[in-house]
Parts: sequence; structure tokens; C-alpha cells
Amino acid sequence: MKNFFSTRWGIIVVGAVIGILATLLQKFGNPANMGICVACFARDTAGALGFHHAGNLQYVRPELIGIILGSLVMALIFKEFKPRGGSATIVRFFLGIFAVIGALVFLGCPWRASLRLAGGDWNAIVGFAGLIGGIYIGTLFIKKGYNLGRSMPSNKKLSGWIFPASMIILLILLVFGFKKLANANPPHALLWISLGFALIIGALAQRSRFCTVGAFRDMMMIGESYLLTGLGTFIVVAFIMNLLLGQFHPGFANQPAAHTMHLWNFLGMVLAGLAFTLAGGCPGRQLVMAGEGDSDAAIFFLGLIVGAGLAHNFGLTSSGKGIGEFGAAGTIIGIIFCLIIGFTMVQKRK
Amino acid sequence: MIQVDTRGLSCPQPIVLVNMEIKKGTKEFEILLDSQASIENVARLLNKHKLSFETIQKADHTIYHVK
Repeated sequence: MKNFFSTRWGIIVVGAVIGILATLLQKFGNPANMGICVACFARDTAGALGFHHAGNLQYVRPELIGIILGSLVMALIFKEFKPRGGSATIVRFFLGIFAVIGALVFLGCPWRASLRLAGGDWNAIVGFAGLIGGIYIGTLFIKKGYNLGRSMPSNKKLSGWIFPASMIILLILLVFGFKKLANANPPHALLWISLGFALIIGALAQRSRFCTVGAFRDMMMIGESYLLTGLGTFIVVAFIMNLLLGQFHPGFANQPAAHTMHLWNFLGMVLAGLAFTLAGGCPGRQLVMAGEGDSDAAIFFLGLIVGAGLAHNFGLTSSGKGIGEFGAAGTIIGIIFCLIIGFTMVQKRK
Repeated sequence: MIQVDTRGLSCPQPIVLVNMEIKKGTKEFEILLDSQASIENVARLLNKHKLSFETIQKADHTIYHVK
């Protein structure tokens, strides 16, 4: 059976639906230009789990759980649930840590960068330039033979289930109002709306392999525009939705959860783009692969959670005022780390 | 025959390896694939280069025989 979502029209539909649902999430209560942001939501989730204690940033975001479970359901239906892992796991963990540090210097993962752009936050143009630059550096390493090695299929189904199951348990605790998970209450849409929309997004992303980093990478490496079509549609549709919903406010200054320190917006996303490329996909794609039973992607996501906790505990994150006390140091250390990984994890080709 | 084994490799390794074979001008080769995403991506790449291939379904992987 031909998978409609793997066609050009398929990815256009996926991009459009994500654009509509993400901007609606903003209308329904998520922070501005933050309908979906894997980095920001990993940070809020880390806060809810007690990995940092930043004021109002503690809430298990059902969007993350929804994307993982939406992907899980599709993977099970289409027999694509394959427990696998073991490809340079610890490297992926640290790539996750530094990816989120870079994203939190800019204040957004590539998904939120898209939503910020669609909402008229022109700082996102600088962020995108950095993202594309980081991805480009990543493709140079890949061309030289960079490779994290093969993952192995696991003959034990359980290994693929542990991560999605932990998300189901977290969701149950959230639904039944386990008090410790709701220390603070940042702006958010109703749990069922967040979860429902994210299940749809996760399901569609699983079928289409939607990836905001692969979009540029595939274009640069083999001139393939399939994923880029999806990302472009996402941004255009989100822009139109913002116009309709009165959420479009163009400018550089005073944008929601954003700052105007261009150098660090740029370098933060260079770091994020490079780390995502070295890890094989954007954070949304990693969530989807984790839902398909990929333990390496799950570990990358846990790296995001840990990295978000570290970023807040040690002053690496930005705010509306600008970058954090150690944001510049964190970004540079992260870029150096990624360069070392890029130069060393090379397999000679015949 | 040349075999390009993409099993267990993360994106974009499968398409990079297949693309290298295409660029070398290899006439006939086999591609071993085990993830649905790669199966679709590689098919898209082969179609783009107007290369014909035959799909062979194995128990735990798929083979594209390009000729």
C-alpha cells in the first residue's frame, strides 16, 4: 500500500495541519509563538520533574507526550514499531544536552523558530540563519564520513516500550492531578486540547517523517525538497492562521519570549542545528522515532530534559532581557563539543 | 554484486551511501534497508534519478535491486 503521506501532497497536508494546530494551541492558551516548542516544553517538563526550579516554568507539557504516543499508535498500526538502539548512545545523550542549551539561548527549537517567524518575530530570521549554518556544518561532516554507527534491532520488545510506557505513566499522573507535577502553572491550553492536537501531530509526523532539520539537510546534500516543502507549508499556514487569529505582530523588539541579541540568536541556533544534524534529526523527529521504539532517539530526548535542567540551574538560558550569565560560554562550549564529535566520529569510506 | 547495507543507520546515511553509488555510476547494485523512512527516502532518490529497481521483501528487511 502506497503511503499517501510520503508524497509531495502528503507532506503539504502534514505541514498545513501542524501549522493550523500549533497556532490554535497558542489561541487556546499556550504562550505566544509557542504552540509547539520541543526545547521549551522539555524545559517546562524538566521543571515539573524538579530538575530545575525556575519560577513559572514547571509543567509536564502534554504536547511532548502526545507526539510520542501519536507516533507509537501509528507505528503499531503500520507495523513500524521496531525496538532498536545502541548507536553511540552516550554521544547522542550529550548532543541532546547541547542542542537544548543552544535552543534555549535562542529561545526555541526549530519548530518554535518557525512559529516565531510566522508570528512576525524577525529575530527568528537570525535564528534560522544560524540553524541553516549549523545544519550546513553538519552536512560537511557527513560528507567527510561522519557517522554514529549502526543501531541494532532488539529482540526484546520491552526495550522499545520502556520510554513510551514512562510517558504514559507521566500522562496518567498528570491527568489525575498528581500535585507535585504542577508546582507552577505557566500559560497552557487545556490538557485534553494539548494532548489531542499533539496526538494528531505525532501521528502525521510519523507517517510523513516530517523533520525541520532534515528539510535543509536533504536539500543541501542531495537536492531533495520533500521535507522542505513540509516545513515551508508549516510556516506559511501558521502565518496565515496568525493573521486570521490576530496573532501576527511584526518587529524585532518586545517579542514574546525572545531577545534581540543577534549574535547569540545566531550562534545559539548554529549549535542547535549542528547538534540536531549530528544526531540525525530535529527534536520533533526524535520524539517520533522514540515512539517507534528507537532507544537512541529516546536517549537524545532525555538529553534535552537534562540539558534544560542544567541550562536553568547554571544561568545558560536567555530571557526577554537577553542571554543568561553563562549563555555565551555554554554556546561556545557546545559548539566545540559538536566540532570534536564531528571530527572524530568519522568512518573511513572505501 | 555491490551491496549497500543501510540497516541500522541514522538519517541521512542511507541516502548518502546510495547517492555515492549512483554518482560512481554503478550499474547494478543491491540496497539493504530496514527502516520504513529509509525505504521511502531511497525510493524517492532512485525515482529522481530515473533508476529502475525491484523490491525484494525479506523477513526483517527490504532489498532494492537496482539495475
